[in-house]
Amino acid sequence: MPPQTDTKNQSAATMQPAGAAPVRSRYFYKILAIVYKDITAELRTKEMLSAMFVFSLLVIFIFNFTFDLRTDNAATLAPGVLWVAIAFAGMLGLGRSFIVERDRGSLEGLLLAPVDRSAIYFGKFLGNVIFISVVEVGILPLFIVFFNQPLAVVPALVGVVVLGTIGFAGVGTLFSAMVVHTRARDVLLPILLFPVVVPVLLSAVRLTAGILDALPLEDIQSWLGLLITFDVIFLAASFILFEYIVEE
Amino acid sequence: MSAISSASKKPAGLINWGNGLTLASAIVIITGLYLAFIFAPPAANLRTPAEQFAQRIMYFHVGAAWVGFFAFFITFISGVLYLSKRTFYWDNLGYASVEIGLTFMTMVLITGSIWAKPTWNTWWTWSPRLTISAIGWLMYIGYLMLRGAMDDPSRRATFAAVYGIVSFISVPINFLAIRWWRDIHPAVVGSSAGEGSGGFDMSADMRTTLLFCVFAFTIFYVTLMYHRLKLGKTMHEIETVKQQILHQ
Repeated sequence: MPPQTDTKNQSAATMQPAGAAPVRSRYFYKILAIVYKDITAELRTKEMLSAMFVFSLLVIFIFNFTFDLRTDNAATLAPGVLWVAIAFAGMLGLGRSFIVERDRGSLEGLLLAPVDRSAIYFGKFLGNVIFISVVEVGILPLFIVFFNQPLAVVPALVGVVVLGTIGFAGVGTLFSAMVVHTRARDVLLPILLFPVVVPVLLSAVRLTAGILDALPLEDIQSWLGLLITFDVIFLAASFILFEYIVEE
Repeated sequence: MSAISSASKKPAGLINWGNGLTLASAIVIITGLYLAFIFAPPAANLRTPAEQFAQRIMYFHVGAAWVGFFAFFITFISGVLYLSKRTFYWDNLGYASVEIGLTFMTMVLITGSIWAKPTWNTWWTWSPRLTISAIGWLMYIGYLMLRGAMDDPSRRATFAAVYGIVSFISVPINFLAIRWWRDIHPAVVGSSAGEGSGGFDMSADMRTTLLFCVFAFTIFYVTLMYHRLKLGKTMHEIETVKQQILHQ
Protein backbone atom coordinates (compact mmCIF):
# COMPACT_ATOMS: atom_id res chain seq x y z
CA MET A 1 0.00 0.00 0.00
CA PRO A 2 2.30 2.79 -1.17
CA PRO A 3 -0.13 5.66 -0.44
CA GLN A 4 -0.22 4.73 3.24
CA THR A 5 3.52 4.88 3.57
CA ASP A 6 3.18 8.25 1.89
CA THR A 7 0.79 9.37 4.62
CA LYS A 8 3.35 8.59 7.24
CA ASN A 9 5.96 10.56 5.37
CA GLN A 10 3.52 13.40 4.97
CA SER A 11 2.51 13.49 8.61
CA ALA A 12 6.17 13.54 9.47
CA ALA A 13 6.59 16.39 7.03
CA THR A 14 3.70 18.37 8.50
CA MET A 15 5.38 18.24 11.90
CA GLN A 16 7.91 20.61 10.45
CA PRO A 17 7.10 24.34 10.48
CA ALA A 18 4.01 24.82 8.28
CA GLY A 19 4.65 25.97 4.74
CA ALA A 20 3.41 25.57 1.20
CA ALA A 21 5.19 22.28 0.63
CA PRO A 22 3.12 20.02 2.91
CA VAL A 23 -0.12 21.40 1.47
CA ARG A 24 1.07 20.67 -2.00
CA SER A 25 2.21 17.18 -1.17
CA ARG A 26 -1.14 16.50 0.50
CA TYR A 27 -2.74 17.47 -2.81
CA PHE A 28 -0.43 15.05 -4.60
CA TYR A 29 -1.31 12.40 -2.08
CA LYS A 30 -4.99 12.84 -2.88
CA ILE A 31 -4.26 12.50 -6.58
CA LEU A 32 -2.22 9.38 -5.90
CA ALA A 33 -5.02 7.94 -3.79
CA ILE A 34 -7.41 8.19 -6.76
CA VAL A 35 -4.81 6.66 -9.08
CA TYR A 36 -4.21 3.91 -6.56
CA LYS A 37 -7.93 3.19 -6.31
CA ASP A 38 -8.25 2.93 -10.10
CA ILE A 39 -5.26 0.64 -10.40
CA THR A 40 -6.47 -1.62 -7.58
CA ALA A 41 -9.93 -1.86 -9.13
CA GLU A 42 -8.41 -2.65 -12.52
CA LEU A 43 -5.97 -5.22 -11.19
CA ARG A 44 -8.85 -7.14 -9.60
CA THR A 45 -10.60 -7.66 -12.93
CA LYS A 46 -7.99 -6.77 -15.56
CA GLU A 47 -10.90 -6.59 -18.00
CA MET A 48 -10.11 -3.16 -19.37
CA LEU A 49 -6.38 -3.61 -19.84
CA SER A 50 -6.77 -6.95 -21.58
CA ALA A 51 -9.52 -5.59 -23.82
CA MET A 52 -7.42 -2.57 -24.74
CA PHE A 53 -4.36 -4.67 -25.48
CA VAL A 54 -6.17 -7.28 -27.57
CA PHE A 55 -8.01 -4.55 -29.42
CA SER A 56 -4.81 -2.69 -30.31
CA LEU A 57 -3.29 -5.96 -31.55
CA LEU A 58 -6.34 -6.49 -33.72
CA VAL A 59 -5.97 -3.00 -35.16
CA ILE A 60 -2.37 -3.80 -36.16
CA PHE A 61 -3.45 -7.10 -37.74
CA ILE A 62 -6.34 -5.52 -39.60
CA PHE A 63 -4.06 -2.84 -40.98
CA ASN A 64 -1.69 -5.55 -42.01
CA PHE A 65 -4.08 -7.21 -44.41
CA THR A 66 -6.22 -4.22 -45.44
CA PHE A 67 -3.18 -2.20 -46.52
CA ASP A 68 -1.26 -5.21 -47.76
CA LEU A 69 1.78 -4.35 -45.66
CA ARG A 70 5.07 -5.47 -47.12
CA THR A 71 8.64 -4.75 -46.11
CA ASP A 72 8.93 -2.06 -48.78
CA ASN A 73 5.88 -0.01 -47.73
CA ALA A 74 5.91 -0.85 -44.01
CA ALA A 75 8.11 2.11 -43.17
CA THR A 76 5.65 4.66 -44.60
CA LEU A 77 2.60 3.08 -42.99
CA ALA A 78 4.12 2.08 -39.65
CA PRO A 79 3.67 5.41 -37.79
CA GLY A 80 0.03 5.64 -38.78
CA VAL A 81 -0.65 2.05 -37.77
CA LEU A 82 0.99 2.54 -34.38
CA TRP A 83 -1.00 5.69 -33.61
CA VAL A 84 -4.33 4.40 -34.81
CA ALA A 85 -3.79 1.36 -32.59
CA ILE A 86 -2.92 3.58 -29.60
CA ALA A 87 -5.79 5.98 -30.27
CA PHE A 88 -8.40 3.25 -30.59
CA ALA A 89 -7.17 1.34 -27.56
CA GLY A 90 -6.96 4.60 -25.62
CA MET A 91 -10.52 5.41 -26.62
CA LEU A 92 -11.71 2.14 -25.11
CA GLY A 93 -9.94 2.89 -21.85
CA LEU A 94 -11.05 6.51 -21.66
CA GLY A 95 -14.64 5.53 -22.33
CA ARG A 96 -14.62 3.13 -19.41
CA SER A 97 -12.90 5.55 -17.07
CA PHE A 98 -16.02 7.30 -15.81
CA ILE A 99 -18.70 4.89 -17.02
CA VAL A 100 -17.37 2.27 -14.61
CA GLU A 101 -17.61 4.76 -11.74
CA ARG A 102 -21.15 5.62 -12.71
CA ASP A 103 -22.30 2.02 -13.13
CA ARG A 104 -20.84 0.96 -9.80
CA GLY A 105 -22.43 3.98 -8.17
CA SER A 106 -19.04 5.20 -7.01
CA LEU A 107 -19.11 8.47 -8.96
CA GLU A 108 -21.12 10.21 -6.24
CA GLY A 109 -18.73 8.86 -3.64
CA LEU A 110 -15.79 10.17 -5.59
CA LEU A 111 -17.39 13.60 -5.94
CA LEU A 112 -18.34 13.68 -2.25
CA ALA A 113 -14.76 12.92 -1.23
CA PRO A 114 -13.21 15.90 0.56
CA VAL A 115 -10.78 16.66 -2.23
CA ASP A 116 -10.47 19.45 -4.72
CA ARG A 117 -12.25 18.68 -8.00
CA SER A 118 -9.01 19.26 -9.88
CA ALA A 119 -7.43 16.45 -7.82
CA ILE A 120 -10.14 14.13 -9.16
CA TYR A 121 -9.34 15.26 -12.67
CA PHE A 122 -5.61 14.72 -12.28
CA GLY A 123 -6.15 11.41 -10.53
CA LYS A 124 -8.36 10.12 -13.30
CA PHE A 125 -6.05 11.59 -15.92
CA LEU A 126 -2.97 9.90 -14.42
CA GLY A 127 -4.86 6.63 -14.15
CA ASN A 128 -5.80 6.83 -17.81
CA VAL A 129 -2.23 7.69 -18.81
CA ILE A 130 -0.97 4.70 -16.82
CA PHE A 131 -3.49 2.30 -18.38
CA ILE A 132 -2.77 3.47 -21.90
CA SER A 133 0.98 3.32 -21.19
CA VAL A 134 0.72 -0.26 -19.99
CA VAL A 135 -0.95 -1.17 -23.28
CA GLU A 136 1.75 0.74 -25.16
CA VAL A 137 4.47 -1.17 -23.30
CA GLY A 138 2.83 -4.27 -24.74
CA ILE A 139 2.40 -2.92 -28.26
CA LEU A 140 5.78 -1.25 -28.80
CA PRO A 141 7.92 -4.43 -28.81
CA LEU A 142 5.44 -6.08 -31.15
CA PHE A 143 5.49 -2.98 -33.34
CA ILE A 144 9.31 -3.17 -33.50
CA VAL A 145 9.08 -6.87 -34.39
CA PHE A 146 6.26 -6.67 -36.93
CA PHE A 147 7.67 -3.63 -38.72
CA ASN A 148 11.28 -4.72 -38.42
CA GLN A 149 12.54 -1.52 -36.79
CA PRO A 150 15.96 -1.13 -35.11
CA LEU A 151 15.98 -1.14 -31.32
CA ALA A 152 17.87 2.17 -31.31
CA VAL A 153 14.63 4.08 -32.02
CA VAL A 154 12.97 2.88 -28.81
CA PRO A 155 14.02 5.68 -26.38
CA ALA A 156 12.92 8.49 -28.71
CA LEU A 157 9.77 6.58 -29.60
CA VAL A 158 8.88 6.17 -25.94
CA GLY A 159 9.24 9.93 -25.47
CA VAL A 160 6.86 10.68 -28.33
CA VAL A 161 4.41 8.04 -27.17
CA VAL A 162 4.35 9.53 -23.66
CA LEU A 163 3.76 13.08 -24.96
CA GLY A 164 1.06 11.89 -27.34
CA THR A 165 -0.64 9.89 -24.61
CA ILE A 166 -0.67 12.90 -22.27
CA GLY A 167 -2.39 15.08 -24.86
CA PHE A 168 -4.86 12.37 -25.79
CA ALA A 169 -5.73 11.45 -22.21
CA GLY A 170 -5.87 15.10 -21.08
CA VAL A 171 -8.84 16.02 -23.25
CA GLY A 172 -10.09 12.44 -23.17
CA THR A 173 -10.54 12.45 -19.40
CA LEU A 174 -12.55 15.68 -19.59
CA PHE A 175 -14.82 14.35 -22.35
CA SER A 176 -15.11 10.99 -20.63
CA ALA A 177 -16.54 12.73 -17.55
CA MET A 178 -18.92 14.53 -19.89
CA VAL A 179 -20.30 11.64 -21.93
CA VAL A 180 -21.08 9.59 -18.84
CA HIS A 181 -24.10 11.86 -18.28
CA THR A 182 -25.40 11.49 -21.82
CA ARG A 183 -27.64 8.84 -23.31
CA ALA A 184 -25.18 7.73 -25.99
CA ARG A 185 -22.24 7.46 -23.51
CA ASP A 186 -19.22 5.68 -25.00
CA VAL A 187 -20.56 5.98 -28.55
CA LEU A 188 -20.32 9.74 -28.25
CA LEU A 189 -16.75 9.89 -26.93
CA PRO A 190 -14.88 9.24 -30.21
CA ILE A 191 -17.15 11.70 -32.03
CA LEU A 192 -16.29 14.45 -29.57
CA LEU A 193 -12.65 13.55 -29.01
CA PHE A 194 -11.16 12.75 -32.41
CA PRO A 195 -11.72 16.13 -34.11
CA VAL A 196 -10.16 17.90 -31.11
CA VAL A 197 -7.08 15.66 -30.85
CA VAL A 198 -6.19 15.82 -34.55
CA PRO A 199 -3.08 17.92 -33.74
CA VAL A 200 -1.88 15.30 -31.24
CA LEU A 201 -2.28 12.44 -33.66
CA LEU A 202 -0.81 14.40 -36.54
CA SER A 203 2.27 15.61 -34.71
CA ALA A 204 2.80 12.24 -33.00
CA VAL A 205 2.61 10.46 -36.36
CA ARG A 206 5.01 12.96 -37.96
CA LEU A 207 7.44 12.63 -35.05
CA THR A 208 7.27 8.85 -35.16
CA ALA A 209 7.92 8.91 -38.90
CA GLY A 210 10.85 11.27 -38.33
CA ILE A 211 12.33 8.98 -35.69
CA LEU A 212 11.93 5.88 -37.84
CA ASP A 213 13.55 7.67 -40.78
CA ALA A 214 16.36 8.79 -38.43
CA LEU A 215 15.83 12.47 -39.31
CA PRO A 216 17.86 15.04 -37.34
CA LEU A 217 16.05 16.77 -34.49
CA GLU A 218 15.87 20.13 -36.32
CA ASP A 219 13.64 18.60 -38.99
CA ILE A 220 10.99 17.47 -36.54
CA GLN A 221 11.47 20.11 -33.84
CA SER A 222 8.39 22.10 -34.85
CA TRP A 223 6.20 19.02 -34.44
CA LEU A 224 7.67 18.39 -31.01
CA GLY A 225 6.90 22.00 -30.10
CA LEU A 226 3.35 21.66 -31.37
CA LEU A 227 2.77 18.46 -29.41
CA ILE A 228 4.07 19.99 -26.18
CA THR A 229 2.03 23.16 -26.78
CA PHE A 230 -1.10 21.12 -27.29
CA ASP A 231 -0.42 19.09 -24.13
CA VAL A 232 0.08 22.21 -22.02
CA ILE A 233 -2.88 24.19 -23.41
CA PHE A 234 -5.33 21.32 -23.23
CA LEU A 235 -4.26 20.09 -19.82
CA ALA A 236 -4.76 23.63 -18.52
CA ALA A 237 -8.13 24.03 -20.28
CA SER A 238 -9.37 20.62 -19.12
CA PHE A 239 -8.18 21.33 -15.59
CA ILE A 240 -10.20 24.57 -15.51
CA LEU A 241 -13.30 23.19 -17.23
CA PHE A 242 -13.48 19.89 -15.34
CA GLU A 243 -14.95 21.68 -12.35
CA TYR A 244 -17.98 22.71 -14.42
CA ILE A 245 -18.48 19.19 -15.75
CA VAL A 246 -18.71 17.37 -12.43
CA GLU A 247 -20.82 19.85 -10.49
CA GLU A 248 -24.10 18.39 -9.30
CA MET B 1 -49.35 31.91 -20.17
CA SER B 2 -48.61 35.58 -19.85
CA ALA B 3 -45.05 34.93 -21.06
CA ILE B 4 -46.26 33.69 -24.44
CA SER B 5 -48.89 36.30 -25.08
CA SER B 6 -46.52 39.14 -24.24
CA ALA B 7 -43.94 37.69 -26.61
CA SER B 8 -46.37 37.28 -29.49
CA LYS B 9 -47.96 40.67 -28.99
CA LYS B 10 -44.79 42.68 -29.44
CA PRO B 11 -44.17 42.56 -33.23
CA ALA B 12 -47.42 44.28 -34.09
CA GLY B 13 -46.28 46.57 -36.89
CA LEU B 14 -44.43 45.69 -40.06
CA ILE B 15 -41.46 47.72 -38.97
CA ASN B 16 -39.41 45.80 -36.43
CA TRP B 17 -35.91 44.39 -36.14
CA GLY B 18 -36.81 41.00 -37.58
CA ASN B 19 -38.43 42.31 -40.75
CA GLY B 20 -35.80 45.00 -41.13
CA LEU B 21 -32.97 42.46 -41.00
CA THR B 22 -34.76 40.07 -43.35
CA LEU B 23 -35.26 42.85 -45.88
CA ALA B 24 -31.66 44.00 -45.50
CA SER B 25 -30.28 40.50 -46.11
CA ALA B 26 -32.57 40.02 -49.12
CA ILE B 27 -31.17 43.24 -50.59
CA VAL B 28 -27.51 42.47 -49.88
CA ILE B 29 -27.73 38.84 -51.04
CA ILE B 30 -29.42 39.81 -54.31
CA THR B 31 -26.85 42.58 -54.80
CA GLY B 32 -24.16 40.01 -54.02
CA LEU B 33 -25.57 37.70 -56.70
CA TYR B 34 -25.57 40.55 -59.20
CA LEU B 35 -21.99 41.45 -58.34
CA ALA B 36 -20.81 37.84 -58.47
CA PHE B 37 -22.47 36.92 -61.77
CA ILE B 38 -22.56 40.14 -63.77
CA PHE B 39 -20.42 42.88 -62.27
CA ALA B 40 -17.26 40.86 -61.53
CA PRO B 41 -15.15 40.26 -64.64
CA PRO B 42 -14.30 36.67 -65.60
CA ALA B 43 -10.93 35.56 -64.26
CA ALA B 44 -8.35 36.24 -66.96
CA ASN B 45 -5.91 33.56 -65.90
CA LEU B 46 -8.45 30.70 -66.26
CA ARG B 47 -8.82 29.18 -69.74
CA THR B 48 -11.82 26.85 -69.98
CA PRO B 49 -15.33 28.28 -69.62
CA ALA B 50 -16.07 25.71 -66.92
CA GLU B 51 -13.24 27.07 -64.79
CA GLN B 52 -14.32 30.64 -65.41
CA PHE B 53 -17.91 29.97 -64.39
CA ALA B 54 -16.81 27.93 -61.41
CA GLN B 55 -14.55 30.74 -60.27
CA ARG B 56 -17.64 32.87 -59.55
CA ILE B 57 -18.65 30.46 -56.82
CA MET B 58 -15.67 31.76 -54.87
CA TYR B 59 -17.49 34.94 -53.79
CA PHE B 60 -20.19 33.04 -51.94
CA HIS B 61 -17.81 30.29 -50.88
CA VAL B 62 -15.52 32.71 -49.07
CA GLY B 63 -18.49 34.51 -47.52
CA ALA B 64 -19.87 31.24 -46.20
CA ALA B 65 -16.46 30.14 -44.90
CA TRP B 66 -16.04 33.41 -43.03
CA VAL B 67 -19.45 32.99 -41.38
CA GLY B 68 -18.75 29.30 -40.71
CA PHE B 69 -15.67 30.10 -38.64
CA PHE B 70 -17.07 33.31 -37.16
CA ALA B 71 -20.04 31.32 -35.82
CA PHE B 72 -17.53 29.09 -34.03
CA PHE B 73 -16.05 32.12 -32.38
CA ILE B 74 -19.48 33.30 -31.24
CA THR B 75 -20.13 29.85 -29.75
CA PHE B 76 -16.82 30.06 -27.91
CA ILE B 77 -17.63 33.51 -26.49
CA SER B 78 -21.14 32.51 -25.47
CA GLY B 79 -19.72 29.34 -23.88
CA VAL B 80 -17.36 31.40 -21.72
CA LEU B 81 -20.14 33.82 -20.81
CA TYR B 82 -22.57 31.02 -20.06
CA LEU B 83 -20.16 29.41 -17.62
CA SER B 84 -19.70 32.70 -15.80
CA LYS B 85 -23.27 34.07 -15.97
CA ARG B 86 -25.44 30.92 -16.19
CA THR B 87 -28.26 32.60 -18.05
CA PHE B 88 -30.39 31.06 -20.76
CA TYR B 89 -29.48 33.82 -23.20
CA TRP B 90 -25.86 32.68 -23.64
CA ASP B 91 -26.80 29.04 -24.03
CA ASN B 92 -29.36 30.00 -26.64
CA LEU B 93 -26.78 32.12 -28.46
CA GLY B 94 -24.17 29.35 -28.56
CA TYR B 95 -26.67 26.77 -29.75
CA ALA B 96 -28.11 29.05 -32.43
CA SER B 97 -24.63 29.92 -33.67
CA VAL B 98 -23.69 26.25 -34.02
CA GLU B 99 -26.81 25.42 -36.00
CA ILE B 100 -26.30 28.31 -38.36
CA GLY B 101 -22.54 27.80 -38.52
CA LEU B 102 -23.07 24.16 -39.47
CA THR B 103 -25.37 25.20 -42.30
CA PHE B 104 -22.77 27.60 -43.66
CA MET B 105 -19.95 25.11 -43.17
CA THR B 106 -21.92 22.53 -45.15
CA MET B 107 -22.35 25.15 -47.85
CA VAL B 108 -18.58 25.78 -47.80
CA LEU B 109 -17.82 22.10 -48.34
CA ILE B 110 -20.39 21.71 -51.12
CA THR B 111 -19.51 24.89 -53.03
CA GLY B 112 -15.83 24.09 -52.60
CA SER B 113 -16.28 20.67 -54.15
CA ILE B 114 -18.29 22.08 -57.05
CA TRP B 115 -15.50 24.58 -57.68
CA ALA B 116 -12.71 22.04 -57.22
CA LYS B 117 -14.00 19.58 -59.80
CA PRO B 118 -13.43 21.80 -62.89
CA THR B 119 -10.45 23.62 -61.36
CA TRP B 120 -8.43 20.89 -59.66
CA ASN B 121 -10.07 18.04 -61.57
CA THR B 122 -11.01 16.39 -58.30
CA TRP B 123 -13.91 16.86 -55.87
CA TRP B 124 -11.70 16.74 -52.85
CA THR B 125 -8.07 17.02 -51.88
CA TRP B 126 -6.59 16.97 -48.37
CA SER B 127 -5.25 20.49 -48.44
CA PRO B 128 -5.01 22.37 -45.11
CA ARG B 129 -8.07 24.51 -45.68
CA LEU B 130 -10.22 21.63 -46.81
CA THR B 131 -9.13 19.45 -43.94
CA ILE B 132 -9.70 22.12 -41.32
CA SER B 133 -13.18 22.86 -42.75
CA ALA B 134 -14.06 19.16 -42.64
CA ILE B 135 -12.84 18.88 -39.05
CA GLY B 136 -14.75 22.03 -38.12
CA TRP B 137 -17.87 20.55 -39.67
CA LEU B 138 -17.39 17.37 -37.61
CA MET B 139 -16.99 19.44 -34.44
CA TYR B 140 -20.29 21.17 -35.11
CA ILE B 141 -21.92 17.77 -35.59
CA GLY B 142 -20.32 16.58 -32.34
CA TYR B 143 -21.72 19.62 -30.52
CA LEU B 144 -25.25 18.94 -31.78
CA MET B 145 -24.99 15.23 -30.96
CA LEU B 146 -23.79 16.05 -27.46
CA ARG B 147 -26.77 18.33 -26.92
CA GLY B 148 -29.15 15.79 -28.40
CA ALA B 149 -27.97 13.09 -25.99
CA MET B 150 -28.89 15.01 -22.82
CA ASP B 151 -32.22 15.86 -21.18
CA ASP B 152 -31.33 18.04 -18.22
CA PRO B 153 -31.32 21.61 -19.65
CA SER B 154 -28.76 23.14 -17.29
CA ARG B 155 -26.32 20.27 -17.65
CA ARG B 156 -26.84 20.30 -21.42
CA ALA B 157 -26.02 24.00 -21.50
CA THR B 158 -22.90 23.55 -19.36
CA PHE B 159 -21.53 20.62 -21.35
CA ALA B 160 -22.26 22.32 -24.65
CA ALA B 161 -20.44 25.43 -23.42
CA VAL B 162 -17.42 23.36 -22.38
CA TYR B 163 -17.33 21.53 -25.70
CA GLY B 164 -17.72 24.79 -27.59
CA ILE B 165 -14.74 26.25 -25.73
CA VAL B 166 -12.46 23.20 -26.10
CA SER B 167 -13.20 22.72 -29.79
CA PHE B 168 -12.67 26.40 -30.57
CA ILE B 169 -9.29 26.39 -28.79
CA SER B 170 -8.26 23.44 -30.93
CA VAL B 171 -9.10 25.19 -34.22
CA PRO B 172 -5.89 27.30 -34.48
CA ILE B 173 -3.69 24.40 -33.32
CA ASN B 174 -5.44 22.16 -35.83
CA PHE B 175 -4.84 24.72 -38.53
CA LEU B 176 -1.15 25.00 -37.71
CA ALA B 177 -0.73 21.22 -37.59
CA ILE B 178 -2.45 20.64 -40.89
CA ARG B 179 -0.54 23.45 -42.59
CA TRP B 180 2.82 22.10 -41.49
CA TRP B 181 1.81 18.61 -42.40
CA ARG B 182 1.23 19.65 -45.98
CA ASP B 183 4.21 21.96 -46.10
CA ILE B 184 6.46 19.08 -45.19
CA HIS B 185 4.75 16.93 -47.80
CA PRO B 186 4.11 19.27 -50.72
CA ALA B 187 3.45 16.45 -53.20
CA VAL B 188 -0.33 16.96 -53.27
CA VAL B 189 -2.49 17.69 -56.29
CA GLY B 190 -1.38 21.24 -57.07
CA SER B 191 -3.16 22.40 -53.95
CA SER B 192 -0.90 25.37 -53.28
CA ALA B 193 -1.40 26.68 -56.80
CA GLY B 194 -5.13 25.96 -56.63
CA GLU B 195 -5.49 27.69 -53.29
CA GLY B 196 -3.63 30.69 -54.53
CA SER B 197 -6.03 31.15 -57.42
CA GLY B 198 -8.65 32.31 -54.90
CA GLY B 199 -6.42 35.07 -53.62
CA PHE B 200 -3.98 36.45 -56.19
CA ASP B 201 -4.45 38.32 -59.42
CA MET B 202 -7.79 39.76 -58.39
CA SER B 203 -8.88 42.90 -60.16
CA ALA B 204 -10.34 45.76 -58.14
CA ASP B 205 -13.89 44.80 -59.22
CA MET B 206 -13.36 41.24 -58.12
CA ARG B 207 -12.04 42.37 -54.77
CA THR B 208 -15.02 44.69 -54.30
CA THR B 209 -17.36 41.82 -55.09
CA LEU B 210 -15.60 39.50 -52.66
CA LEU B 211 -15.65 42.04 -49.84
CA PHE B 212 -19.29 42.84 -50.50
CA CYS B 213 -20.21 39.14 -50.43
CA VAL B 214 -18.44 38.67 -47.11
CA PHE B 215 -20.38 41.66 -45.79
CA ALA B 216 -23.65 40.30 -47.25
CA PHE B 217 -23.12 36.92 -45.61
CA THR B 218 -22.38 38.57 -42.30
CA ILE B 219 -25.70 40.44 -42.51
CA PHE B 220 -27.39 37.18 -43.47
CA TYR B 221 -25.81 35.46 -40.45
CA VAL B 222 -26.99 38.19 -38.11
CA THR B 223 -30.51 37.93 -39.55
CA LEU B 224 -30.64 34.16 -39.17
CA MET B 225 -29.25 34.49 -35.65
CA TYR B 226 -31.91 37.05 -34.74
CA HIS B 227 -34.75 34.78 -35.84
CA ARG B 228 -33.15 31.65 -34.40
CA LEU B 229 -32.60 33.37 -31.03
CA LYS B 230 -36.23 34.44 -30.96
CA LEU B 231 -37.33 30.92 -31.82
CA GLY B 232 -35.11 29.50 -29.08
CA LYS B 233 -36.51 31.98 -26.59
CA THR B 234 -40.09 31.10 -27.51
CA MET B 235 -39.31 27.38 -27.21
CA HIS B 236 -37.79 28.01 -23.80
CA GLU B 237 -40.85 30.01 -22.71
CA ILE B 238 -43.23 27.30 -23.88
CA GLU B 239 -41.18 24.72 -22.01
CA THR B 240 -41.32 26.85 -18.86
CA VAL B 241 -45.09 27.30 -19.14
CA LYS B 242 -45.51 23.58 -19.79
CA GLN B 243 -43.55 22.74 -16.66
CA GLN B 244 -45.65 25.25 -14.68
CA ILE B 245 -48.89 23.66 -15.87
CA LEU B 246 -47.62 20.12 -15.26
CA HIS B 247 -46.54 20.95 -11.74
CA GLN B 248 -49.66 22.88 -10.72
